[in-house]
Amino acid sequence: MQPFTKHTGLVAPMDRVNVDTDQMVPKQFLKALTREGFGRTLFYDWRYLPGEKPNPEFILNWPRYKGASVLLARANFGCGSSREHAPWAILDYGFHVLIAPSYADIFYNNCFKNGILPVTLPDDQIDELFLRTEKTGGYKLTVDLEAQTVTDDSGLKYSFQLDPFRRECLLNGWDDIGLSLRFEKDIAAFEREHPRRAVMYEPLDVVITKPSG
Amino acid sequence: MPRRPMYEKIWDAHLVHEEPGQPALIYIDRHLVHEGTSPQAFSGLKAAGRKVRRPDLTFAVMDHSVPTKDRQLPLVDQIAAAQLAALDRNCRETGVPLFNMQSSNQGIVHVIGPELGITQPGQTIVCGDSHTATHGAFGTLAFGIGTSEVEHVLATQCLSQFKSKTMLIRVSGKRPAGVTAKDIILTIIGRLGISGGNGHVFEYAGDVIRGLSMEGRMTVCNMSIEGGARAGMVAPDETTFAYMEGRPFVPRGKDFVDAVEVWKTMASDAGAKYDRIFDLNGATLAPQVTWGTNPGMVTDVTGRVPDPASFTDPVDREAATRALEYMALEPGKPITDIALDRVFIGSCTNSRLEDLRLAARVVDGKHVAKSLKQALVVPGSRGIKVAAEKEGLDKIFRAAGFEWRDAGCSMCIGMNADVLPSGERSASTSNRNFEGRQGKGSRTHLVSPMMAAAAAVEGHFVDIRKWGVDGGE
Ligand code: SF4
Repeated sequence: MQPFTKHTGLVAPMDRVNVDTDQMVPKQFLKALTREGFGRTLFYDWRYLPGEKPNPEFILNWPRYKGASVLLARANFGCGSSREHAPWAILDYGFHVLIAPSYADIFYNNCFKNGILPVTLPDDQIDELFLRTEKTGGYKLTVDLEAQTVTDDSGLKYSFQLDPFRRECLLNGWDDIGLSLRFEKDIAAFEREHPRRAVMYEPLDVVITKPSG
Repeated sequence: MPRRPMYEKIWDAHLVHEEPGQPALIYIDRHLVHEGTSPQAFSGLKAAGRKVRRPDLTFAVMDHSVPTKDRQLPLVDQIAAAQLAALDRNCRETGVPLFNMQSSNQGIVHVIGPELGITQPGQTIVCGDSHTATHGAFGTLAFGIGTSEVEHVLATQCLSQFKSKTMLIRVSGKRPAGVTAKDIILTIIGRLGISGGNGHVFEYAGDVIRGLSMEGRMTVCNMSIEGGARAGMVAPDETTFAYMEGRPFVPRGKDFVDAVEVWKTMASDAGAKYDRIFDLNGATLAPQVTWGTNPGMVTDVTGRVPDPASFTDPVDREAATRALEYMALEPGKPITDIALDRVFIGSCTNSRLEDLRLAARVVDGKHVAKSLKQALVVPGSRGIKVAAEKEGLDKIFRAAGFEWRDAGCSMCIGMNADVLPSGERSASTSNRNFEGRQGKGSRTHLVSPMMAAAAAVEGHFVDIRKWGVDGGE
C-alpha cells in the first residue's frame, strides 16, 4: 500500500446524507475478478444517463469539479454493503481523501486498507467547508496526516482526530497481513491451546480438494 | 470476574494478541466465502506467495450470481460464469470446501451456515458480506468484512479488530398476532435510525425475542447492519439447542450434551454492563412497510407516506424529499393504497422454511392479483426448497400464481437475471431498499413474508392482521 503523508487537491462536494455503497458501485460491477478499473463505475447510476453518457446534472460531472481528489461528504457516508469495491472505485476515480462528519463502520475500515484517508470533522466545520467549496472556484484543501490538520489557502485550519494506530499504518503504508504475521507465534500457540476443528458428521454434497503445494 | 455481556465473553475467548492502543488480533472460528467478494482476496494471497492457513475452517458457496432456474444449462451471463469459475478454481487450489451451484446443500451463505450447523454458539464468524450478522442469532459473534480482510483471514485465520461498544435492545411484553421478526427489526431500525448502531454490537433480548424461533432470530440479527451495527446477537437457549441438534456439523451424542453445557455459559451474565440500552414495548408493534430508500424510512401499515415538511431536521427533510421523488410517492398517501408490480419472497432475511410456510398460509387457495407482473418465491437454500416441496408448499405457491425458483440471492440484489425493471415497484422480503438495489431505477418496499404474500394477492399493501393469520407458533 502507498504511504499517505500529505495531500493537496481540488474539493468536490457530495451534499447527501447516508450515501450507501450500493450507489458507489452498483451490483452489476461486483462480478469483476480484479481490483482495477472501478473508477469508471463510481456513482454509476447517478453519474451516467443511458448509454453511459455523463449526466450533466450530477455534481462530479460539473467541469469545475473535474480532477477533484478530496471528496466532501455528509453523515454516515458508506453505509450498507461491505463491498470493498466502493473504496477501490473512490481511489481509482482519483479521490485520496474523504471529509465527512461520520462514516459507516465497515466502509471506514475498508478505506484504511486502501490508503484512503477518511477525515472526520464536526458538522459545523463540514458546513463551512461546503460553503467555501461552493462559492470558491477551484477550492483546494491540504490534508496533512502527520499534523492531523485540514487547511486552505485563506487561513482556514481545522484539526482532526484519528486512531493513532491507523494513522501510523497509513503514514507507513503498512500491509495489514504482514503486521499480523509478526504474531505468528501467538497464532500458533492459540491454535495449540484451543484447537479448532469443523467436523462433518454426515457426508454433504461438497467439493473438497487437497490443498495444492 | 466482572459480569460480562456475551460479546465480551466471546471476544475474550478469542484473543490471540493484544497491545494497548492497537487493534487486537482475534481468532476466527469460521470463515464463510462467496463468489462476489473473494476473487481479489484469493489473487492477493497468491501474489504474495501466501497460503490459506485453515482451509478446514473456511467454507465457500456460490449464491450471489447464480441463476434461480435452468441451472443445468450453461450460464448466459459470461461475467458471472467467470466469477463462479474463479471461486471453483480458488477452492480447488487451496483446499477450501465448496458448495457449488450443483450441490444439493447450496444456498445463500447466511442460510446454509446455520442450516448445516457450521454456525455454532460462542464462535467468531466472518464473511465478506455485511449480513453476516445473521449468524449472531446463535449467540455467535459474526460480522461482515471487506475483501482486504477476507485476504487477511485466509492468510492468518485471525482478524485485527478494535473492540466495539455494546447496545442491549430489549423487546419486552408480547408479540401481537400478525407481527413477525421482520416487523420487529424494521421498527427498531426506524426508531434508532440507520446509523444509530454505528460502532456498536447489538444484543437482542426480552420476552418477544426469546419467544422467536431461530428463523425469527436470524431475521432480526440479519438486519443489524441496517441499523449501523456490525453485529447483532441473541443469547443461546433451549430454542437454539433444539434447532441445532442433529445438523451435519453439530456434535452428536455425549459430545452434543457437553457442547450444550459450554454454549450455555456464553449467555450474558446477569447484571452485565452495556454502553447503551434501548427498550421497545412489544405491545406497540405493528406490521411494517418501508416507504423510502433506506430501511429506516419505515412506518406502520396503517400509516401514510410522510410529508417531508413534517421532519424537523433539515437533513432528514431533504433526504425524505429525495426518497419520495425516487419512489414516486406523494406525501399523505395511505400505505395500503400503494400498488405493486412485483413481489419477491426470498433473501437471507426471509427465505427460510418458516417464512415460506407463513407466506404459503396466506396465499393458500387464493391467487395473485391480475395487476401483478410477477410473484417470485426463492428459497434460501436447496435444502429448504426440498423440505418445502415435501410439505407441498411449492404447489400452494404455484397454484396461487407464484414462480417457484432455485436457491440464491436472486432479486435481493439482482446480480443474476432476477432484476426488478426500472420504474417498477416491489414488495420484497429482503433487507435493502436502496436506490437501484433490485435493479437500476427499481423501487423497493421492505415487508415481512406474510405482508408480501397478502400484497401479492391484493396487488397493493394490506394489513395482514385483518386476515387473521398469526406470525408464529
Ligand atoms: S440475499 Fe441479499 S443481502 Fe443476503 S447475502 Fe444475498 S445479496 Fe446479500
